[in-house]
Amino acid sequence: MSKEDNKVKDASQMTWHQITTEKSDRRDAIKKLTAGLIAGVGLASTSCSVFSDDQEKEISQLTWDEFFKKNYKIMSDEERIQTVQRLEALYEKKTGNTINMSHQGPIEDVLFGYAFNISKCQGYMDCVNACIEENNQDRNSEMQYIRIHQIEKGHGFNFEKADDNYTNQVPAENHFYIGTQCFHCENPPCVNVCPTEATWKEKDGIVVVDYDWCIGCRYCLASCPYDGRRFNWSQPHVPEDEVNKNQHYLGNRMRKKGVMEKCTFCIQRSRNGNNPACVEACPTGARKFGNLLDPKSEIRWILENKKVFRLKEDLGTEPKFWYYMD
Amino acid sequence: MMKVFVHFVKDSLDEVTKGSKVYHIWMATLTLIMLIGAFCYYIQVDQGMVVTGMSDNVGWGLYISNFTFLVGIAAAAVMLVLPTYIFKDIDFTQAVLIGEGLAVAALLMCLAFVVVDVGGPANLWHVIPIIGIMNFPNSMLAWDIIVLNGYLFINITVPLYILINVYQNKKPNKNVYLPGVFISVFWAVSIHMVTAFLYQGLQARPFWNTALLGPRFLASAFAAGPALIILVLTIINKYTLFKIASKTIDKIAIIVTVAAQINLIMLISELFKEFYFPTHHSISAQYLFFGLEGKTALVPWIWTAIILNVIATAMLTFHKVRNNKKYLLFACAILFIGIWIEKGFGLIVPGFIPGQWGEIVEYTPTFIEIGVTLGIWAMGAFIFTVLAKAGIAVEVGKLRYKA
Repeated sequence: MSKEDNKVKDASQMTWHQITTEKSDRRDAIKKLTAGLIAGVGLASTSCSVFSDDQEKEISQLTWDEFFKKNYKIMSDEERIQTVQRLEALYEKKTGNTINMSHQGPIEDVLFGYAFNISKCQGYMDCVNACIEENNQDRNSEMQYIRIHQIEKGHGFNFEKADDNYTNQVPAENHFYIGTQCFHCENPPCVNVCPTEATWKEKDGIVVVDYDWCIGCRYCLASCPYDGRRFNWSQPHVPEDEVNKNQHYLGNRMRKKGVMEKCTFCIQRSRNGNNPACVEACPTGARKFGNLLDPKSEIRWILENKKVFRLKEDLGTEPKFWYYMD
Repeated sequence: MMKVFVHFVKDSLDEVTKGSKVYHIWMATLTLIMLIGAFCYYIQVDQGMVVTGMSDNVGWGLYISNFTFLVGIAAAAVMLVLPTYIFKDIDFTQAVLIGEGLAVAALLMCLAFVVVDVGGPANLWHVIPIIGIMNFPNSMLAWDIIVLNGYLFINITVPLYILINVYQNKKPNKNVYLPGVFISVFWAVSIHMVTAFLYQGLQARPFWNTALLGPRFLASAFAAGPALIILVLTIINKYTLFKIASKTIDKIAIIVTVAAQINLIMLISELFKEFYFPTHHSISAQYLFFGLEGKTALVPWIWTAIILNVIATAMLTFHKVRNNKKYLLFACAILFIGIWIEKGFGLIVPGFIPGQWGEIVEYTPTFIEIGVTLGIWAMGAFIFTVLAKAGIAVEVGKLRYKA
């Protein structure tokens, strides 16, 4: 910490060359330069404002540090702890409530996979509702990661004939149901196209987004063959008493407008050994989740004993989301 | 050298702030439209992109459509650069500067359209290498950022070098600017191919996932770009001291004609593939040309575009019609509009319709989006006017360095 202080003090005496060649801390350098440029304005506005108090100053300091942080993907453990602490502090200062944000990394020898039993799904949509609550999805735009398609029997898997917004009583006669969400592809096109590497595949196979690094260009949305991505077209809103306070940096923490988000297999749950909310909520047992690398897991049993298939396999995306029937 | 440059900037500023009444009205109108656009953009930043017509279904709209079209306009400068500097065709010498100015204006509009399209403009520094992370070479958007900025750099430095020399009554040194010119020729092709690859590489969107997209982009660009240059040169001929020989315009018209013909052939090839035996992958084309399930938002637009393209190409093909200035200007104007529709939202929007699971959600731009778009077009016109006015003043000998 004292080293940091010295650096800040010395910044004024540094030359441009020194600053730019200091490889380890380039971002820090930009921060200092920018700070120098707008320090006057910033100081004037905070010190002159009658409303400003310590609380507000702390919030603006934390927000400032958050703005100039790195991509989570390349952060050290220490830096990850720091950003999580800042986000927790910011939430508390803004709302008075505490949240618990995890930065837990992938567990060794774990690769998550998902299987969906088409014979069992009855279209109750409990999974959709559980997902919204668990993942703090925007209530205003009614964002949903999961789509349940109601398809009339006799046409096969004809998604064009499906009703994705059905309001009829379920299960409807002569219909079957199939759910889609992010398939966490082994070969995800969305990760390839992102210009800033704000989205990537973790070691346990979960495709995640750093909401703070995303610039909101929506190239990933264009590249996804499965409609797996959702954009925050406006400031997302969740009533304070409905906020799930158990969060993960790469999972269900609060998002902001103008960034991408998606299903993370409930990273905040799955990395603790729990099932995603949709699996737990499903009343029919149509949803199965587990570790593909564990030969004794249920998901492995399904893959080895059921006739499983995946959607749009010809695109070479290798989804880790299989369908099967009884 | 620095002193000369400062003088050059000062003299140029002097030049662009003075002008006839028509000039001032023109610039004031553009400024007004830019201000309206800025206000619309303010609303968009404040409320979020929910004020646009885009959605999770149609993720790109008017902004990216205009971006795509304008990359073509920028690339088209090469059609003047190539004959002037490399084939030493003196008929193009005067026009080339205008072409380069147009490229600069078009590129700045492209960058502006990308900036207004992102949800977090404050985070754009994340894409800058060293301070951020650029996903190179995986992301075609990273390639596009590099080639567009590189092309902008070339198109600013080469004309600037030549103009500053003329400004001092010196002959520009060929060894200095010719390498830049050579690079710019290849670079122009690359900016448009890379932009096509941006869409072409997406296996999720069969409508774009075609090998013809890149070549077709080039053909339509080399039709629409020089068509615009003909219109601009005619206006410059009328309102300034700068006189473009009619021979120059005739030669550019031939470029427009050939490119428009190739573009039409490619269109026919595309239509044949989509409709001779329609597959699941033809469904977006079906939506575009005929509508799906009663949803027909783009149908009148695309047929307008095709009719304009066909009429313009037919007119240009006949020498007698093309050589008549009035008909030529008309043909260029409708060709420009036709390609703007076809390559703008006629290309981008159907890529998203129907959605990945077959749902048909249409897209209509909002007034905010249209306001921002007009603002950026006004900005482009403003930039071009400033560049052209200063450039012409140097070329006609009005602006000279007084040591």
